[in-house]
Amino acid sequence: MINKTINQKAWFMVLPVLALVAFNAIIPLMTVVNYSVQETFGDNLFFWEGIKWFEDVMRSERFHDALGRQLLFTLLILLIEVPLGVGIALTMPRQGIGVTICLVLMALPLLIPWNVVGAMWNIFALPDIGLLGKMLNGVGFDYNFTQNPFWAWVTVVAMDVWHWTSLVVLLCYAGLRSIPDAYYQASKIDGATSWQVFRYIQLPKMKRVLTIALLLRLMDSFMIYTEPFVLTGGGPGNSTTFLSIDLVKVALGQFDLGPAAAMSIIYFLVVLLLCWVLYTLMMRNETN
Amino acid sequence: MSSITLKSLQHSYLSNPQSEEDYALRKIDLTWRDGGAFALLGPSGCGKTTLLNLISGLLKPSEGQILFDDRDVTSLLPDQRNIAQVFQFPVVYDTMSVYDNLAFPLRNRKLPEAELDERVQRVAMMLSIQNQLKHRASGLTAADKQKISLGRGLVRSDVNVMMFDEPLTVIDPHLKWELRSQLMRLHQQVGFTMIYVTHDQTEALTFADEVVVMYEGEIVQIGTPEELFSRPRHTFVGHFIGSPGMNVLPCEWYDGGAVFGGYSIPLNKNLPNPASTSNLQLGIRPEFIRLVSEGIPAQIKRVDDVGRYRIIKAEVGGTNLNIYASEEVEIPSGALHLDFDPNHTHVYCDGWIHEVKGQS
Repeated sequence: MINKTINQKAWFMVLPVLALVAFNAIIPLMTVVNYSVQETFGDNLFFWEGIKWFEDVMRSERFHDALGRQLLFTLLILLIEVPLGVGIALTMPRQGIGVTICLVLMALPLLIPWNVVGAMWNIFALPDIGLLGKMLNGVGFDYNFTQNPFWAWVTVVAMDVWHWTSLVVLLCYAGLRSIPDAYYQASKIDGATSWQVFRYIQLPKMKRVLTIALLLRLMDSFMIYTEPFVLTGGGPGNSTTFLSIDLVKVALGQFDLGPAAAMSIIYFLVVLLLCWVLYTLMMRNETN
Repeated sequence: MSSITLKSLQHSYLSNPQSEEDYALRKIDLTWRDGGAFALLGPSGCGKTTLLNLISGLLKPSEGQILFDDRDVTSLLPDQRNIAQVFQFPVVYDTMSVYDNLAFPLRNRKLPEAELDERVQRVAMMLSIQNQLKHRASGLTAADKQKISLGRGLVRSDVNVMMFDEPLTVIDPHLKWELRSQLMRLHQQVGFTMIYVTHDQTEALTFADEVVVMYEGEIVQIGTPEELFSRPRHTFVGHFIGSPGMNVLPCEWYDGGAVFGGYSIPLNKNLPNPASTSNLQLGIRPEFIRLVSEGIPAQIKRVDDVGRYRIIKAEVGGTNLNIYASEEVEIPSGALHLDFDPNHTHVYCDGWIHEVKGQS
């Protein structure tokens, strides 16, 4: 029989990763948990508050409004970006030089840093000198995203669609490309219409990548900060103040560390819950 | 159901083909009678799938005509040709049930539900998948999925020809036999004209009444499995069909007869002198070489026991050849003497069989 050496020293191998994760995730998170149940006035003085901050945040109208705006924003961009992305992926060429050109064009917005996107759109949309702003005013709209909440929303949503639809397109395109030609040929022979080809072949085959695209966009849009911050700064008024912008206002603007910590934990749980619900729903569909 | 005629069909994937090499298919002339079972056999890249796609209408030929009975279908789309096709990888509509899969082509053709139901039930019975009609198609095994692909063709009454593009590639070996015999039984039941594309000689020879052998974009021989075996028209056919294939031996033409390795080889008939004697070959299958006490001397290099018989790898004057030996035959060690059966020894000139004109 071979003698097995039992040596627990192997655990030390895990230490570097543990240290890394501890410093960039666990310790900050625990700090937030620590802040969320205490009151501090600086000088490293802390007073135990229990779940008071959580109750405050849950009852706060300001939080409800920000959450509402956040949900509306996410819903809007998902409703626009997913069908639009699928549509663009369907019309993209399947072979030839066009493929490369389209892929590069599609990848471009994804490569631009968030704050640059915000700055670009800010200038683009300025009512007096921006191309978009000037044009919309020229054709008779009273367009001013810095004063009118409606136009601010239109601009923020349009910016996000411009920035992120490509992600959905690229994922869907990859899904479409993986469908063997035989499926299209068989459907032709069966006399299927192009709607049926989409409904019974392309959509089912894209389902997995579409799930990923949806989850990514859901999470990302829930965490959106930089672009609306640069474009509108959360205004006019509070009309484009989403959860993350509100959180930064509370934490760094007012320096209310306790409520901000409680808010970030709730924020985190909301994102987690939404993703879990969505994922479970889509996977249940799969197994049935 | 109909017969299929291909008239001087040529196809190139290039938009402006210049030379012969630019064509994936060259000079195809062929008639398949109504209700037969045919196989297209050839190695990968010989153009058999191209030919199949031309017949189904998924490709448009560069030149030539395709007729179903007397109707020219060359410019018709696949759904107007009334064909059915089973592909290499099973195609099923994942989100539909098995029943809906089978009903799909009929619903698209606006068939009344009552008649549709009857047909689907009958086809499910033929394929013995009645118990699975309510299941979702995505959860089935490859073999069952392939049956559904087949079933979507069988439910239709308007099918002119049913085509199979290497349909058993992804099927487990032990199911291949079963599916193939089921397919042959179905062919007898429904009487559709069937074309079966494969690179597997066993599949082709067991399935078809008539096999078309293709090589580098051309048809090299059309014949029954028996003809392909006993009288290959081209050395390629002889080599490709059979396991191991026909021995192809260099030979010379001397005084009205073939000479191989310094020995005159008896032929069963008097052949005229070949047009060119520069590239002559003898073709003889391993099955038709006998071991005798006096004949062409050969050296044994190796003996492979394949189970029911043995294959002797031998050498005659620097040329290798295979000899079939049943288990009873005693193989002497070292030197052998060979005798070629004159009825099955053929002479090939530039690859093509050299024979008396007018005899096939």
